Amino acid sequence: MAPRSGTTGSAKDKKRISRYMQEIRDIAKAGLSRRELFRMGLVAGGAGLAALQGVRGFKPYWAHADNSLQFRSPRNTPFVDPLPIPPVMQPVTLNPSPTKGPNPVRSAVTGFPEAGRPDHQRWEQFLPVTMYESVEKAVQHDFYPDIDGVPPSTVWTFVEPSTGSVGPLRIKARYGEPVLHRVHNALPTDNGGFGINKTSTHLHNGHNASESDGGPLHFYEAGQFKDYHWPNVRAGFSKNIPESSWNGRTVQGDVLETMSFLWFHDHMHDFTAQNTYKGLVSLYTLFSDDINLDTDDETIGLRLPSGEYDIPMVIADKVFDPGTGQLFFDLFNLDGMLGDKDTVNGVIQPYLEVKRRKYRFRLLVGGPSRVYEFFLSNGQSFLQISTDGNLLPRPLSRRSMRLQVAERVDVIVDFSKTSIGEKIYLQNRLEQNDGRAPTGKIIAPTDLVEFRVVGDARDDSRVPAALLDLPNRNVPIAKKRSWKFDRSGGAWSVNGQFFDPDVFSAVIRQNNAEIWSFESAGGWVHPGHPHMEEFQILDRDGKPPRVEEVARKDMLGVGDSVFGTDNSSNARIFIQFRDWLGNYPMHCHNTVHEDHGMMILFNVVA
Amino acid sequence: MDRRRFLGVTATAALGLAALSTLPGSPDRPEKNGYADPSAEERRRNRFLDVPLVTHEGRKVRFYSDLIKGRTIFLNFLYTVCTAEAICPLGTANLVEVQKILGRRVGRDVFMYSITLDPKNDTPQVLKSYARAFGVKPGWTFLTGEKEDIERLRHNLGYVDIDPVRDKDPSQHSGMLRYGIEPLELWAGCPILSRPDVIARHLAWMEPREGMSNRAGGGLY
Repeated sequence: MAPRSGTTGSAKDKKRISRYMQEIRDIAKAGLSRRELFRMGLVAGGAGLAALQGVRGFKPYWAHADNSLQFRSPRNTPFVDPLPIPPVMQPVTLNPSPTKGPNPVRSAVTGFPEAGRPDHQRWEQFLPVTMYESVEKAVQHDFYPDIDGVPPSTVWTFVEPSTGSVGPLRIKARYGEPVLHRVHNALPTDNGGFGINKTSTHLHNGHNASESDGGPLHFYEAGQFKDYHWPNVRAGFSKNIPESSWNGRTVQGDVLETMSFLWFHDHMHDFTAQNTYKGLVSLYTLFSDDINLDTDDETIGLRLPSGEYDIPMVIADKVFDPGTGQLFFDLFNLDGMLGDKDTVNGVIQPYLEVKRRKYRFRLLVGGPSRVYEFFLSNGQSFLQISTDGNLLPRPLSRRSMRLQVAERVDVIVDFSKTSIGEKIYLQNRLEQNDGRAPTGKIIAPTDLVEFRVVGDARDDSRVPAALLDLPNRNVPIAKKRSWKFDRSGGAWSVNGQFFDPDVFSAVIRQNNAEIWSFESAGGWVHPGHPHMEEFQILDRDGKPPRVEEVARKDMLGVGDSVFGTDNSSNARIFIQFRDWLGNYPMHCHNTVHEDHGMMILFNVVA
Repeated sequence: MDRRRFLGVTATAALGLAALSTLPGSPDRPEKNGYADPSAEERRRNRFLDVPLVTHEGRKVRFYSDLIKGRTIFLNFLYTVCTAEAICPLGTANLVEVQKILGRRVGRDVFMYSITLDPKNDTPQVLKSYARAFGVKPGWTFLTGEKEDIERLRHNLGYVDIDPVRDKDPSQHSGMLRYGIEPLELWAGCPILSRPDVIARHLAWMEPREGMSNRAGGGLY
């Protein structure tokens, strides 16, 4: 292939041409005569090379026409069903007890053996304190209210065997309490049209060892389980910041790397979009009561709205087959799939009864491809306290927030000035017509959730003026790397290369800091996501980041309409690779792009 | 441990274990008016067009019923006079390597299809010479047909571009390889110029491995 790096006359070009010639030689070796090559207009005097020269500087602008939606979902009656509140998973005693290497004993719950994996890193250092268990399973689920008469769809989701709770589930984890999550794959071979019964559960933004990261190539089979070790320890603990203090409490790692809102989802190679769309999504909220910060108790620490007033919402657009009413996935879409029904925690247009007080809503855009811009219908502002699950230095008042796939915001919404009986809507007003990018236009709203103000309630919560400072970036930079998201010949590429599971595109020394730059070609919006550590944005298109991006992030959108209607084609980030070893992916989180090769692997070495 | 019980457990058999059957899910589907019962067979058939095509050996076939139904396949679009970036010839050469790696499976339980985007020029005879020139072995079929049918097929399989001008340029549709296990409704894709052994591995990763014990599927740690 001819990568479009945009450089000219460089050593890179020579390398490219020599590789091209080698490939032509390979064709010849495969039995093609020179005359036949000529007949194909390929070589014989450099016609092929001329073709190669001719495409340099060519700006790709690929798209999948009309995003292939050939039908419309059945109509739904809005605001009939309540917003499902993700059930909080309950700690269990695992049988057999987890082991450092793959467990030699089959599960007492399912009879499954544990999948092969390397030993847990730092096992003895972070022996699990809290154990959870879930089974990935096919269940019947109603996205539509009963009165619409649309039959339930088969979804695949995390089910908790000890309680019978069905996903999206929620783990409430705490710093200083390492978690072990045993995930059984009990998915059927019969997929009902899409999805594959091989899985790998990624804890998004987890600072975890490679073998517990849930990378796309770490998948296992139906009939196996795997133990994921999530130690809930702050980055920096192993070397550069062994300890730090906040509120007079000293803990391991850098307190300024404290996280709060993560999520776990299937990350099976080639099938992430299908399997997450099919329902393999759940939530992970991480509390920092060890430093008296984000405590899950509104009378101590930051005193953010807690308990029943802390509600995660997974927003994901879907399509339903009008003939059968079943959840539909467009298998041959390459650009990004857009649905015409927005679900929140698995229900189309639910309602939520609220009290006249403050709430903490944790909004997650679940994908596969749509970008959202959230508004409140009464013109009220959100008070944003975090981005990508990380507390901001200070709360921001936002009239609206635009989120790429997998981006998160925690917002405080204060209903205390509303009246009982009032209805307020969480809305999306961003126009997007295809998988390429939103237009950036703010259009008539689509109501996502109806908030019904039903009464009063005590409110001990507060929103402090200061939340959590940013970590120090003043450390030596070991290396700079660039990643260019592109499309070549109708296939997704990074730096002109196609995904190769045997190639580490970056080999990184553990505990190094690097500067990575991301670029999107042709206006396509690509939300980039490196696993393992979050990062800070240094600049966008050469300018300092906007105030809402002065934050710790794990997602970086580049391309058209990242803000307003403008293109932001490149951005640079500061990122470190601390504490853990092994391979991790960096990929586009438009999961349709990701599944067609828009991914690289990096390896962290000692 | 009761070895006999566990030895009998495979990936699917295990689903019947008492412990799992107490979990919610799989209730009887309630009768809902106006909606057809989802039938896998119908869904599979509706996914593809059953357009008439002609093979490089001059045989008349139907796309879905004769080529796709019940099979594990690789599929791409190309045209023999393709020069832009040389994706078509390089892709074909690459797939020749994939065919070698898959060996005797090709033509037996794996089938490869290359559909021309230029049926006017790419007659069965031209496709036959093209296949021969690349050393294509049996089990890999080159296909032509009526322009209109091929255009419908191309759209149906998502080889389309949002830009109408570019959509008319056949070179823009030759870089993606689709693969699938049709009876299991497993479909995925990768760049056609991925390394041939990687392409073969993508298929292996998709194939069911029931009863496999204590080994990771992908296993690249």
